[in-house]
Parts: sequence; C-alpha cells; structure tokens
Amino acid sequence: MTTAPVKAGWRFKQPSVIPGFGLTLGFSLAYLTIIILIPLSGLVWRSAALGWADFWAIAADRRTLNALKISFGTAFLAAVVNVVFGTVVAWVLVRYRFPGRRIADAMVDLPFALPTAVAGIALTTLYAPNGWIGHLLMPLGIKVAYTPLGIVVALVFIGLPFVVRTVQPIMEEIDKEVEEAAATLGANRFQIITRVLFPGLAPAIITGFSLAFARGVGEYGSVIFIAGNLPFKSEIAPLLIVIRLEEYNYEAATAIAAIMLALSFLMLLVVNLVQTWSRKRYG
Amino acid sequence: MADPEIKSYEPHHESQSAAVTESRPVKAVLMAIALAFLAVFLLLPLVVVFHQALAMGIGAYTEALSSPDTRSAIRLTLLVAAISVPLNVVFGISAAWAIAKFEFKGKAFLTTLIDLPFSVSPVISGLVYVLLFGAQGLLGAWLKAHGIVILFAVPGIVLATIFVTFPFVARELIPLMQEQGNGDEEAALSLGASGWQAFWYVTLPNVKWGLLYGVLLCNARAMGEFGAVSVVSGHIRGLTNTMPLHVEILYNEYNAVGAFAVASLLAGLALVTLVLKTLLEMRYGAEIAATRGH
Repeated sequence: MTTAPVKAGWRFKQPSVIPGFGLTLGFSLAYLTIIILIPLSGLVWRSAALGWADFWAIAADRRTLNALKISFGTAFLAAVVNVVFGTVVAWVLVRYRFPGRRIADAMVDLPFALPTAVAGIALTTLYAPNGWIGHLLMPLGIKVAYTPLGIVVALVFIGLPFVVRTVQPIMEEIDKEVEEAAATLGANRFQIITRVLFPGLAPAIITGFSLAFARGVGEYGSVIFIAGNLPFKSEIAPLLIVIRLEEYNYEAATAIAAIMLALSFLMLLVVNLVQTWSRKRYG
Repeated sequence: MADPEIKSYEPHHESQSAAVTESRPVKAVLMAIALAFLAVFLLLPLVVVFHQALAMGIGAYTEALSSPDTRSAIRLTLLVAAISVPLNVVFGISAAWAIAKFEFKGKAFLTTLIDLPFSVSPVISGLVYVLLFGAQGLLGAWLKAHGIVILFAVPGIVLATIFVTFPFVARELIPLMQEQGNGDEEAALSLGASGWQAFWYVTLPNVKWGLLYGVLLCNARAMGEFGAVSVVSGHIRGLTNTMPLHVEILYNEYNAVGAFAVASLLAGLALVTLVLKTLLEMRYGAEIAATRGH
C-alpha cells in the first residue's frame, strides 16, 4: 500500500494504476442504495411519520412489550446455552482427535445450510409430546414444543455455528508453549484454563454470543412452528410484525420493526464496548 | 482415542502433560457432552426429516413430490435463485474490486453497510419492501397507475431474496482479495494487459474457489429463505409459493408426508452444500483461507 505523503491534503482516493475504481464503486453504491438503503430508510421514514404519541401507544402496548420480551429473553437464554456448549464443542473439535471428527466439524454448519422452515418442522416433530425427544421429557413434566422453551430450543439450533465458528479459529491459534510455560511454573490444568486460555478466548466468545443473540432475536422461520404462538406467552416480535401486516396495520408493524432494529443496534453497541474493555483488560 | 499430539511430549513427566491437556476421564466427559449435544441438536432434526418423509413408504413420498403445487414451488425456487444469486455475484465481485484494490475514504463504513442485512430480521427485510411497494406504500399508487406488480409476485420475492443474501459473496471475496494484494494485477497491467484482461485472466482465477464458496452459501440461503419471502409472497398456491413456503402450507394442513417430502429436498440441498463446502475447505483451504468461518 502506498502511503500518501504527510500533509498532502485531503483526497478521497489514493492514486493507483489499477483501473475500474469509478465503475465498480459506482455500481456497488447504486446496487446497495437500491436494494438496501432506500428500503431501509423507507422504514425509518414511515416510523418517524407516525409521531411520538402514536409510536408510544404501539410500543407500550402490552402485546408488543410481551413479544419483545419473549424475543429478547429467549434469544439471550439460547445464546448463553450456545456459549457454554459451543465452546465445549469447539474445544473438542480443535484439541481432540477421534474418528468422525471431520464429519462432526462439517455438521456444525448445518444450521447455516438448512432452511429455517425445515429446521422448524423437524424440531417441532422431535419435541412434540409424541415425538422422539418429547415423549422422553413428558414423564419428567417438561413440555418443550408449543412453549417458550421450544423457542429456546429452536434458537439454540440456529445460533450454535455462530459461537463455534467464531471461537474455533482463535483456539487453533493458541500456542501450546504458553500452556507448557504455565505448567512448568506450577499451574494446574484448571488454573491454565481459567487464567491463561480463557482470557485469550473471551473476546471471541463475546463476539460469538452477540452474533448468536442478534440472529436469535430476528429469527422467524424455525421458531413459529415450535412456539405455539400464544399472544403474551410464546409470540415472538417478528411474528407480531407479520400479524400486524396481515391486519393491514402498517403503522404497528413499522413501529415494532423500528424498535427491534433500534434495540439490536443498541445491543451491538454495548457488545462492542464490552469487547473493547475485555481487549484492554486481558490484552 | 489417543491424541497424536501428546506423543511428542514424551520427555515430560506424566504430571506435566496432564497440565497441558485434560486427564483422560475429563477428556471423555467433554467429548461425550460435545458429541451428544451435536447429535441431539443437529443430527436428530436431520434424521427426523427423512424419517417423516418416508414414513408412509416410498410411493407416498414420490406422489407427494409430483403434485402440481409442489412442482411449481420447486420451479419458482429455482427461478428465484437463478435471478438473485448471479446479481449478488456481480455485486460481490464489483464491491470486492472497489474495496480490496483501492484505498479510499469511508471504506470501513461501506464494508459495514454491506454486512447490514445480516443484522436485520428476515421479517423486517420483507417488511421494508411492503412499505415501499405495497398498496399503502410510498410507491404503491404510482406502481398501480402504471400496472407494475412487484409485491405478492415474483419480483417482490426476488428482491427480498436478494436483500437477505446480499452480503454472502462480497464478504467472502473482500478479505481474500485484500490478502492477495495488487501485485499480480499491476504486473499484468505493466505487461500491457487491459483492465478487463487483468480481471479475467489474473484476478478471477486467483479468487475462483473463494467465489465458488460464496456462491454456494448464497445459493443455499436463497433457496431456503423463509421469513423475508413469506412477508412479500402473498402465499398464492402454484404462483408465489417457494419451496419453504410450500412446506409451511402442507405442514399446517397436517399433510406431514407432503411437508417433509418437500423438506427432504431442501435438507438434501443443505447436505450437498455442506459436502461441497467441506471439500472446498479441505482442498483449497489456503485459497479461501481468509474466509474460514461463516
């Protein structure tokens, strides 16, 4: 990369012999604007046009609040589950050698590749009271399908690869010599994991958590089949948007969507701050 | 279950290697937890799809797949993918060229914008087009006056699909092309190649496996998208039902064999995607290295 001489004045683009900058940037910007930016700003414009009073009435509606609470609550729980088990899965895949490891590794990406509707009906069939897993849980008094617990199960499925695939490459990079050094200095395995390995993995785990959480909040296809969709109990926010749209209540749909977007961005901001803090703290 | 990496630690004492790796029982427990978790959450759902699809025998399965509505859903899904994937490929290459080959102000912001669709709920991705093109939408009246139908028709489905699959190709190519730098292209240009020649004969061969990787993921999502398409489709049987939407309709009609038969095709697509993806990573890992992960 050529660095511009200091104080060369402001310039939009560094000089380059490679052609096609105007064409490719122009096309990319035009395509981005038409497909993403104009439609999204339409949403912002429509919700701004609502006015404070109307917007607040929709936002403070009990059904809206409950749907948001369920969406964010279940997504949070599922992300926590995924952080715990996803980290264990990543550890086993990186550190241990066993027959079928490559297949297990490839399987982790299944939720990326399997359409959400397919995941939804499959999980519902598994966890329904007469399903393969559901009938085992029934005697224990645990109902999964058609309850908020079912939403968590679907979101665990959807979010798992986000955690594993963010943590795995960082684990692969860990230098074994660091662990050996800690061992020669007298640390036991538990101390090495908590004091040496975990601090290095923390930023990746936080990133994995936030990706899984963000995806879970917006997830629709896999959830609506297993949730039961009872208002106030197991109705997620994206479903409420769809319901309002089907009632031609565009205002409510827009307002809920705007709240969801705002909350998601707020959350990403918080995660970024936590991440900066953990990088500083653990270096 | 012997760990080959441990063998090279022979000079160490038993206690030291225990500090560098877990003891055997801990290892066994961790492996059991990880594999059981994967089996319950990933493998079982996949198995249940095929089990349910074939529950009434192969005859019922093929019959379910040959119904006219199912066939038109398959055709529509293929059509939508055939339009939206190439468009996103052209965009992805173009954006990667601009971002990876040049230094300009606002590059980081542009890269963030490209990733934006990943952080938007699919339902909202569909909703924005309803707000734009719907009867009460910003352009609704104008479209109606000119007899243009976008919503509840193929164009709307294509647009929503493009929105949700927008970042896939670009985000594979950008880090890859950044890593490869400009040296090859500059050499080609200095030897008299035109810009297009440098792209066709130098850049494209350099990134072809990464591109294929991106196309694979983009296509899987395009064919499987549910939420965004569901909002803009209008669910007109035989006309605007894609395969995932058709799965929902059949399932809600308690036609389990039909729903799971269509679902099994989509699951098959997912498996093919995973196999090809794994093969690409194994054989051309270095050439798509910058892109490991989702």
